[in-house]
Amino acid sequence: MATIPVDDQDIIRKFGPHLSTMTGVRLSTSVEPEKLVKTHCCFCGQQCGVQLKVRDNVVIGFEPWEEFPFNRGMLCPKGVKRYLQGSHPDRLVTAVRRDPSNPAGFSPMPYQEAIDKVAAEISRIQQKYGASAVGMLGGASLTTEKTYLLGKFARVCLKTPYIDYNGRLCMVSAGAANKKAFGIDRTTNPWSDMVGTEVIWVAGSNVAECSPITTNYIWQAREMGAKVIVQDPRITPIARTCDLFLPVKPGRDAALFAGVLNLMIENGWIDRDFIAAHTVGFEQVAEYCRQWTPAKTAEVTGVPEPSIRQAAEWWGKARTSFLFHARGIEHHSNGVQNALGTINLVLASGRIGKPKSGYGTIVGQANGQGGREHGQKCDQLPGWRDIANPEHRKYIASVWGVEEKDIPGPGVDAYEMFRKIDAGEIKGLISICFNPKVSLPDNNFITGCLDKLEFYVAIDFFLNDTAVHADVVLPGSLQEEDEGTVTQVEGRVIKINKAVDCPGEARQDWVIIQDIAKALGRPHGFTFNSPGEIFQELRRASKGGVADYSGITYEKIERHFGVFWPCYSEDPRTGKPIDDHPGTPRLFERGSYNPVAKGAGPFYFADGKARFNVAEYRVPVDDISDEYPYFLTTGRVVSQFLSGTQTRRIGPLVDQYPEPRIEIHPRLAQKLGIRDGDWTTAETRRAAMTLKAMVVTTIRPDTIFIPYHWAGKKSANQLTVAAQDPISKIPQYKVCGCRVRKADAPPDYAGKLEPQQ
Amino acid sequence: MSVPGELEFFIDPNRCIGCQSCVQACSECDTHRGHSMIHLEFVERSLSTQTVPVVCMHCEQPTCAEVCPADAIKRTGDGVVQSARKPRCIACGNCVLACPFGVPELFAGPEIMMKCDMCYDRTSVGKKPMCATVCPSQALFFGTREQIRQMRPMSTPTNRFQFGNQTITTRVSVMTPRGPQTPRYVDVTAAMGERPAPRAVSLGVLPDTATSAHNASASPDPFAEVQV
Repeated sequence: MATIPVDDQDIIRKFGPHLSTMTGVRLSTSVEPEKLVKTHCCFCGQQCGVQLKVRDNVVIGFEPWEEFPFNRGMLCPKGVKRYLQGSHPDRLVTAVRRDPSNPAGFSPMPYQEAIDKVAAEISRIQQKYGASAVGMLGGASLTTEKTYLLGKFARVCLKTPYIDYNGRLCMVSAGAANKKAFGIDRTTNPWSDMVGTEVIWVAGSNVAECSPITTNYIWQAREMGAKVIVQDPRITPIARTCDLFLPVKPGRDAALFAGVLNLMIENGWIDRDFIAAHTVGFEQVAEYCRQWTPAKTAEVTGVPEPSIRQAAEWWGKARTSFLFHARGIEHHSNGVQNALGTINLVLASGRIGKPKSGYGTIVGQANGQGGREHGQKCDQLPGWRDIANPEHRKYIASVWGVEEKDIPGPGVDAYEMFRKIDAGEIKGLISICFNPKVSLPDNNFITGCLDKLEFYVAIDFFLNDTAVHADVVLPGSLQEEDEGTVTQVEGRVIKINKAVDCPGEARQDWVIIQDIAKALGRPHGFTFNSPGEIFQELRRASKGGVADYSGITYEKIERHFGVFWPCYSEDPRTGKPIDDHPGTPRLFERGSYNPVAKGAGPFYFADGKARFNVAEYRVPVDDISDEYPYFLTTGRVVSQFLSGTQTRRIGPLVDQYPEPRIEIHPRLAQKLGIRDGDWTTAETRRAAMTLKAMVVTTIRPDTIFIPYHWAGKKSANQLTVAAQDPISKIPQYKVCGCRVRKADAPPDYAGKLEPQQ
Repeated sequence: MSVPGELEFFIDPNRCIGCQSCVQACSECDTHRGHSMIHLEFVERSLSTQTVPVVCMHCEQPTCAEVCPADAIKRTGDGVVQSARKPRCIACGNCVLACPFGVPELFAGPEIMMKCDMCYDRTSVGKKPMCATVCPSQALFFGTREQIRQMRPMSTPTNRFQFGNQTITTRVSVMTPRGPQTPRYVDVTAAMGERPAPRAVSLGVLPDTATSAHNASASPDPFAEVQV
C-alpha cells in the first residue's frame, strides 16, 4: 500500500531534506587527512577526477586531482562541495518501513527482516498476478557493474520484462539517433580534439551550468580561432560571448537544421565525395530540406534569416568542426528527429572521424553513457545488444547460464511503466537511483500511480521524494562507499574508488540486490563477492557486442587514466586473443576496422556506411495557443543536480541558488504587470505553480524558464507534459504552452518550508 | 617559503560563467575553512549573465595597508599582500572602505579582517591557488606569462588600473583585448557607467550592424523581433 503514511511535512521534519554544512573536523584547520582517495565526482557525465580527503571513515574535504587529464583539477561547485553528502543527518542508516503510527511516518527495521519482507511481497505479487506484475526502475548514476546486475536481476531472478531507468529522461533521443545513423552510440572524439577546430556548434546545451568543465575546452578552441555558434532560447553564460547566437523558439530545432542544410546544399557547401563514399540516404534528406527556405525557416524557428544564412556559411565552409547537443534539443516529442537533424549537418560536411572534427551528445548523468549500454534499458542486453535479437539473447543466456527462452522480451519505457501501474498491470515496484515524483513530467499523475501500488520498495541513501510512498526503504550506498566503473562523456571508462564504509546497516547496492535474490530463493547468478567479480562477467557479456568492454581491466583503467570503449580482448580482424588493446579514443577514422562492417567502412553497419535519416520537423505536442500563449521551458542551474536528492541537502549549494524562480523577459513582465521578485503563477493544461519572478533580458520574451530540481509545489514537472518521442520515449520537458500572471497571494508553503524542502 | 616570481595570477572576466566554483573552493582552504576570502559579482543580472570573480589584486602599494592604523597588513617580498595579522588587527574596517577593488572583509566572529592571500599555503610550496585550480572556465589562471601569451592569443595581461587620480599597479593581471598596443591602464572609474550588453559579442551578420561588428556596446537585442 504505497500511499504516504502521514502528512508530507511531518516526513520532511524527520527525514529532510536538511542541510549539511561544514562543521567539526570538516571545519578544522589543523586536522590532517589519513588518506587521499583518487576517484571521480558523483554528479554529472563529465566525471571530473577528484581526490577525497578521508579521516576516521569520514570524507572531510577534497584536494584537486590535477593529473587526471580530462579536468586537470578543475571542478564545478557541485564537485567542490559533493563531499558534504556523506555523514549527513538525513542519511538512512537502517532500513525503514511505512508506519502510519509513527509521527514521522516510518520506523526503523532490522536489515534482514526488511529483505525478507521485500522478498515475501515480491513472491506474493508474482504468484498472484504473474512475474510481470513486478517492475524495476534503475538509474544512470549507478556504476556500470550495478546497472549490469540490475538488468540481469530483472530478467533472471524476477523474470520480468519491466525494467527501465532514468536515462529515459536523459540520453535516449541521442542514443536512438546515433543507432540509426552510425550503428553505435557514443561521442566520436576525446574533448582534447576540440582545440584547433574552426567551428563549434552548441545545440541546446547550457554548457556552463550543466557540464561546466566543457567550457574551458570550448573557450580554448575559441582562443585558437574557433567560431562558436550557440542555439538556445536563453542567453546562457556560454552564449553570452558566442560568435553567433541562434535564439530558437522552443521546439523548432529540426526546422532550423533542415533550413541550414538546405542552404548548404544550394551553395555547394557539402562534401560530395564523403557523402558518396561513406553514406546512404542523402537524396531523401535533400528532398525533404528543399521546402525549408530561409524565409520559412526563419518564420518557424524565430531565428532571424541573416543568422540562419551565417550559420550555414560558417558550418558549410569550415574545414574542421565539432557539433554538440544536449537535452535542449533532445527533451522533445521530436527529440530523435532533432538529433538526426544535427547528424545530417555533420554527415553532409564530411567532418567526422578526424582529429579536429567530431560530433557528440553531452551526457547528463555520471554514467549516462555506461548506464545505457549493459542491460537496464527495457529493450537491451549487455554489450549494447538487442533483447529482441535471437542471437544476442542466445549469447547472453550462455553467459548467464540460463535458457534463452527464459529471458523475457522487451519491456516498456519508464513512463509507460507508470501507465501500467495506473492500469493495474504492475502491482509491485523496486526502484533505485530514480526519483520519478520529481523528475517525470506531469508528476501529479505519477503520485497517483504510486498510490496504486500494492508494494513498493525503494533503495536509497536518503528518503527521497518518491520513497515517501514506499512500504520499505532499504539503505543503499553513496558513490564513495563502493567501487566500480562508469563511462563518462567522451566514452572513456573510468574507475570509481571506495573512500569510506557504509554507515550503520546501509549496504552497497549490489549487496542489497543479491540479498533480495537470495531471500527469494533464486541466488543463481547473484553470488558475486565484489564489484570486480561483476566486472569480469560484464567483460564476457559485452564481448562481441558493439559496446565491447572485454579488453578493459581495472588495472588498465588506472594505468591509462581511463580506457575508451570499444576495447577488445580478441583482435576483431583475426579473432586472436590480445591483452594490450588500447581502446578506441576516436570513432569512424578512415580505414578503421570494426566488427560490424568487417572492413567495409568506418561506420557500424554491414556496408560500413553512415545513414542519413530524414529529420522531420513536427509541431510540439501541447504547443502555445491563445489560451496558453507562452512557451515554458525547463532545465538546470549549476549548483543543483537532477531531482536534488543529494544537492538539496548540501548547505553551500542550496545557499547559491536556494529556490526555483521563473525567468521572464522584462517586455513580457511589463505586459503582465510583474516586477522582479513578485510571486508569479505559471499555469499549463495540467497544473499551476507559484514562484518568484526573475526578470532578465537573457531569455526570449515569449518564453519562461523554470529549473526542475525541487519537489512538491516547487516542482516544475507539475507543469510539464507527458508527451514522448515515438522512437526514444523521451519526455518533452523543453516546451509546452503556458500562461503567466501575477499571483493573487504567496503559495501555501511560503514561510513554512525551508528553501530546499 | 615564497611564491616564485615567474608564477602569476591572471583574471579573464570574459571567460567567467558565474558558477561560483572559485568561491566555494576558497572556503575549503586549510587555513580558513568555512570562510571564503573571494567573491563573485553579477555585473547586472537583469541585463546579462556577465559575472566577475573578485580576488585580491595584490597591489604594489596596497591602499589597505596604507590606511591601516595598526600596521596589520604586510606585503611580503614576493609581492603578496598578506591577510591581517591577528595580534595587530583592531577590526576598524578602514581597509574595507579603502580598497579600490572591494576585496577585504571584516569577519564578525573572530573580529578580524581577512582577505585573499593568493593561497599562500599552496602557492608558496609550488601549487596553484585553490580558485585558479578548480575554475572550470579558467577565467582564473595561475601560471607563467609565457603560458598565458601562448594560450590566450586574443588577449593580453594588464596590471595597471586607474581610479580617478589614483593609478594602481598590481601583482595580479586582468586580461584585456589584444591589439596593436597594450593599453596603458584599465580606467575603472570611466567604465563604471557602462551597462553590460546582453551579449558581449555583436551579431555582426545583420546588415545594419555590420559596421559595428566589434563594438560590444552596440550589440543588438537578439530578441528584437520577438512579439509578446
